[in-house]
Amino acid sequence: MEETPEAPQVDEARQALVDKLAEELGDAVVEHHIRPGDDVWVRVTRDAWRTAGLVVRDHLNFRYFEFLSAIDWLPNPYGKNEDAPTDPRPEPNTEIVTGYAGGDTRFQVFARVHSLTQKLGLNLKVDLPDDDLSLTTWLPVFAGVNWHEREVHEMFGITFAGHPYLQNLYLPGEFEGHPLRKDFPLLARFVKPWPGIVDVEPMPASDDEAEAETEEAAE
Amino acid sequence: MTALTERQQLAYANAQAADGRVNLEFETDEGMTLNMGPQHPATHGTLRIVVKLDGEEVISCEPIMGYMHRGYEKLTEVRTYPQVTTLINRIDWLGSFANEVPFILAAEKLMDIEAPPRAQWIRTVLFELSRIANISLFVGDMALHIGAISAAFYAFRDREYVLNQIEAATGGRFHPNFDRIGGLKDDLPKGWIADTKATMEKIRDFCDEMETLVEGNEIFQARTRGIGVIPADVALAYGLSGANLRASGVDWDLRRDEPVGLAWNECDWNVITHPDGDSFARFWVRLQEIRESTKIVDQLLDGLPAGPIMAKVPRIIKVPEGEAWVATENPLGEMGYYVVSKGDLGPFRVKIRTASFNNVAVIPWVTRGVYVPDVVTILASLYFILGDIDR
Repeated sequence: MEETPEAPQVDEARQALVDKLAEELGDAVVEHHIRPGDDVWVRVTRDAWRTAGLVVRDHLNFRYFEFLSAIDWLPNPYGKNEDAPTDPRPEPNTEIVTGYAGGDTRFQVFARVHSLTQKLGLNLKVDLPDDDLSLTTWLPVFAGVNWHEREVHEMFGITFAGHPYLQNLYLPGEFEGHPLRKDFPLLARFVKPWPGIVDVEPMPASDDEAEAETEEAAE
Repeated sequence: MTALTERQQLAYANAQAADGRVNLEFETDEGMTLNMGPQHPATHGTLRIVVKLDGEEVISCEPIMGYMHRGYEKLTEVRTYPQVTTLINRIDWLGSFANEVPFILAAEKLMDIEAPPRAQWIRTVLFELSRIANISLFVGDMALHIGAISAAFYAFRDREYVLNQIEAATGGRFHPNFDRIGGLKDDLPKGWIADTKATMEKIRDFCDEMETLVEGNEIFQARTRGIGVIPADVALAYGLSGANLRASGVDWDLRRDEPVGLAWNECDWNVITHPDGDSFARFWVRLQEIRESTKIVDQLLDGLPAGPIMAKVPRIIKVPEGEAWVATENPLGEMGYYVVSKGDLGPFRVKIRTASFNNVAVIPWVTRGVYVPDVVTILASLYFILGDIDR
């Protein structure tokens, strides 16, 4: 925050990072997105996932592992369950709109690493085709990825080739289904309507301008 | 309406039964398997640790969690942004206010609004108060696991003063739910500042007391010095954070190095590190951090700016499309939220990066070859909260 008081349009440090990564990995860098003064996202091909990890660790000096997780980009087919129970279910929408650095498939694995020397973070993303939800493990890159990959395995059904012990971390051993997939229903919401529907907290509006603003936003 | 199939129900019952079986089993070939937990006091909740022993030496040690998995990442997807803070209060239940802050900051980052200075300063004060409440309990608890019971009573007594202050300001003793997108729910009550400063005095006395009572104790030193050493490169690869990382000699504190919209840069304090990386170092770093936190609170209360505590935010909060990551240095270590928004009332996906999850992942590595009683002190010194592992 302090180093970039006016959030410059070109973020030199992060741009240099992306350039270096593109230089090392070549075509494996599919797309990138930089939010100046804040963060950077890089999407790599599936084959280059482990290489990308090793490159950012050894050549770019990102030695601190933050987390690894996945996103299911399918819009929730059950809606947000905020509607009254008597209303008809929302039309299922299967259009997949991905976030920063794009994406072509429903499942995307992403990881975040950090460089303590440069004080920069880096988000790496990778697409997984629907018919083959597997990825090379990052265990040789960061030892701490072990449990993160196990969690992604049980929650999304993504396998990590080379991981020696992909057992369930949280769920009972023979649990069926992958809870964090969007098409896995949240049963509690089917049993009982969500009482939070009516919970809209009024905000203090100091003058007429704020009042008008909020009314606009409400529409 | 989707119901559990018969097979799912059977599988669930089987898993439950397996967990309920005998807690101790003997194997003839590969030494002995010892189950610690799920209700062992050193596990701070319901963590089960399967320890394989050869005599008294640990061959392997595997933590098994999930006894408290509440599925917060799934639940956030069906709630609105203001409703999410109630949930995430329960992640690290000893420092609840600190859990709310990074999520609120991530939402604010996506909405491109900033809380007014007064709100930021009060947030920082409450953040540090939750740190003191959290870590002072650790100090007593660590001594308790070594066999010194009285230190735990002192810790509970003095932590109560801090909890009283949090309750006076927020109305919630453990789960304040006080942070809002754009600011805070209320301003500070009258007389709170003087009371809090008096409390900080008490906490500094508590630190002195603990130093003489616990840290200088010969038995304590013998049980913790040189035990459970984590070198810096291992700590980084496992993603350890907070005092566990700093006790391994890594000079890294998000409060100083990457402050995100809070007021830590406005005052004078030190990042504490220790080169040893053993259980003692982790205890020592945390104890010193309480002192530093009291300094931060005192200075911030002295210079508290006047002004509103709430920015202008729309009545119905819709967060624009985008992705944001915000992490702060919580009592247990680095806690971050990766929020993906699709422009709805609620988040599309939230990845919660908790400190304890990464901190505990190092247990199998660090306990190889140690003796049984040391497993308990290593667990205690790594300091985790079960809600922070299982989410």
